[in-house]
Amino acid sequence: MSENNTLLQVENLHTSFFTDNGEVRAVNGLTFRLDAGKTLGIVGESGSGKSVTAYSIMQILAETGRIVEGSVKFKGEDLTKWNAKQMQAFRGSKCSIIFQDPMTSLNPVFTIGYQLEEAILLHTDKTKKEAKERAIEMLTLVGVNEPEARVKQYPHELSGGMRQRVMIAMALACEPDILIADEPTTALDVTIQAQILELMQELQKKMGMAIIMVTHDLGVIASMCDEILVMYGGRVCERGTADAIFYHPAHEYTKGLLRSIPRADNMNERLVPIGGTPINLLQMPEGCAFCPRCDAAMKICLTQKPDEYRVGDDHLASCWMNVKELYDSQEENGNGE
Amino acid sequence: MANEAKTTSEYLLEVEHLKQYFPVRQGFHTVMLKAVDDVSFAIRPGETLGLVGESGCGKTTVGRSLLRLYQPTAGRITFDGKVLLDTGEQYDENGRPVLDASGKPVKGPAIEPDMFPFRRQMQMVFQDPYSSLNPRMTVEDIIGEPLDVHKLYSSKAERRDKILELMELVGLNAEHAMRYAHEFSGGQRQRIGIARALAVNPKFIVCDEAVSALDVSIQAQVVNMFEELQDKLGVAYLFIAHDLLVVHHISDRIAVMYLGKVVEIADADELNGSPIHPYTLSLLSAVPIPDPETARHSKRIVLEGDVPSPLNMPSGCPFRTRCRYATEQCAAEMPPLSDRGDGHMVACWNK
Repeated sequence: MSENNTLLQVENLHTSFFTDNGEVRAVNGLTFRLDAGKTLGIVGESGSGKSVTAYSIMQILAETGRIVEGSVKFKGEDLTKWNAKQMQAFRGSKCSIIFQDPMTSLNPVFTIGYQLEEAILLHTDKTKKEAKERAIEMLTLVGVNEPEARVKQYPHELSGGMRQRVMIAMALACEPDILIADEPTTALDVTIQAQILELMQELQKKMGMAIIMVTHDLGVIASMCDEILVMYGGRVCERGTADAIFYHPAHEYTKGLLRSIPRADNMNERLVPIGGTPINLLQMPEGCAFCPRCDAAMKICLTQKPDEYRVGDDHLASCWMNVKELYDSQEENGNGE
Repeated sequence: MANEAKTTSEYLLEVEHLKQYFPVRQGFHTVMLKAVDDVSFAIRPGETLGLVGESGCGKTTVGRSLLRLYQPTAGRITFDGKVLLDTGEQYDENGRPVLDASGKPVKGPAIEPDMFPFRRQMQMVFQDPYSSLNPRMTVEDIIGEPLDVHKLYSSKAERRDKILELMELVGLNAEHAMRYAHEFSGGQRQRIGIARALAVNPKFIVCDEAVSALDVSIQAQVVNMFEELQDKLGVAYLFIAHDLLVVHHISDRIAVMYLGKVVEIADADELNGSPIHPYTLSLLSAVPIPDPETARHSKRIVLEGDVPSPLNMPSGCPFRTRCRYATEQCAAEMPPLSDRGDGHMVACWNK
């Protein structure tokens, strides 16, 4: 039905890094679908595998990293079977990425005009002159003032917010179908963050690309996304709409996360932190990854990884608590199927 | 004389007209970068004052200047009734410098006492838990160093007892004492930094972005610890951060800075509920609220352009170049902080 609408289909993705200390399983069986024109948010703390997921799609993993299992299908074609040349054509023209730190992702020894033109020349058959016009057009689109003068400037002459705008201009210059934003506003001030988020939403309306928003900031996620994946230990613990995740969280980790951040309604109360320390990916627990830090952990959590259970319309959670609740309610109603 | 105890003040720390300029060489000229320009505030014992603003607005410099980690250009700082710094400038009740007949500012005697005894009272927790701990020292030595410097023990056993007590206070196990900083996670390192600050039993701690580098789930642990330690030990904090929700949560009062100047100070709930200064308004509206319903209905007041360079500050009010209400008066003179009721201080001509 909506098969034509599906841009990206990630199935059972496993990505590992092979280090001297052993195999680091950064992503363990991730499945999701991205439809055209939609915004998908991936939220989680450091080490949850959210960035590695983004890099796996683009196949820009560090040397030690490899997709071990699973498939990444773009419009039905499996990217994991593509060779380097095919991937090179895919990056930039079909799918682009913007990174957290705009300073380190721009080359300091070239003007921003040159860097923008380079991307355009590489992926389209435009002439140099057309590429230059396109570069100025893109800079205007992302709200850089005096674009004709800016193309001659170097990255260090721009402020952080301006650099991130240049990055967005570069990413969108070839009108990709997907834009992956890896913590795009983490390094920016709140007022600049607001500008950039507004810009991304505006450009999405204009150009119709799908966005994968990778962040640890629940505030950014709440205002931007159609669907949210909450990740922990390389797995999805919960997925659903923003309303479902924020108002009816069904996984103990999501609940804990929401209790631990300051919100309007808990300003004068103590925060409830999640105990313990973040997961060590070298020593993954046998059962649920969150189990060692979970207050509600049961016996089964120690030994078996929970599957995803439907807890509402378009709302799935992989937590044994939901199965228990389901079972309990069936017991009460006396009509256990 | 000037160091006589002023027992009447309700404040632990008073900062008046603090200025911190840094010389910046531009070719043949040396220009003054006004990182902090005429900032005044006060902190009560056991209170938390939050200090927020965008990067480059001078909030970290305020924290460092008032501990005299930099040598302030001008200002008067009193701590616990004792003068910690006084460069001698005189001000009238409107906050303008007093001038003599020839137009030069009147200067009183400058006072710059030795900071060593004050360091026992005022401490600092730094932003980056990775670079603020010496990688070649064990946790025991890191926490013990302030005790060594101030000679706060009489025997080795007493030193060790004190260190273990501090470690317990911040939630570290005794077996961690012989380990090195790199063996700990970010949250635990920040605990070590806090234990080090608490070692001398200070009355006041500057927390400079102390929770910014931590993961959300760990951030709450450290925020809670700061609050618990305050209840237990009665320390006052200057809590510097850019995350407005965290600052709102932890602070009793909040000061908002823009380009080296404090534009608004108020009670934390008051400031978030009814901000007055146009900059505070846009700053608060820019905070992404972790609540989809509010996010859908909130209207961001997006500021045009970037913060002007502190080397080339606009005349008068520094915010006027991005302000919707700017008038000629704003270009002519910086508005003074004026009380709008219940200690809600705002520096704006038009609001």
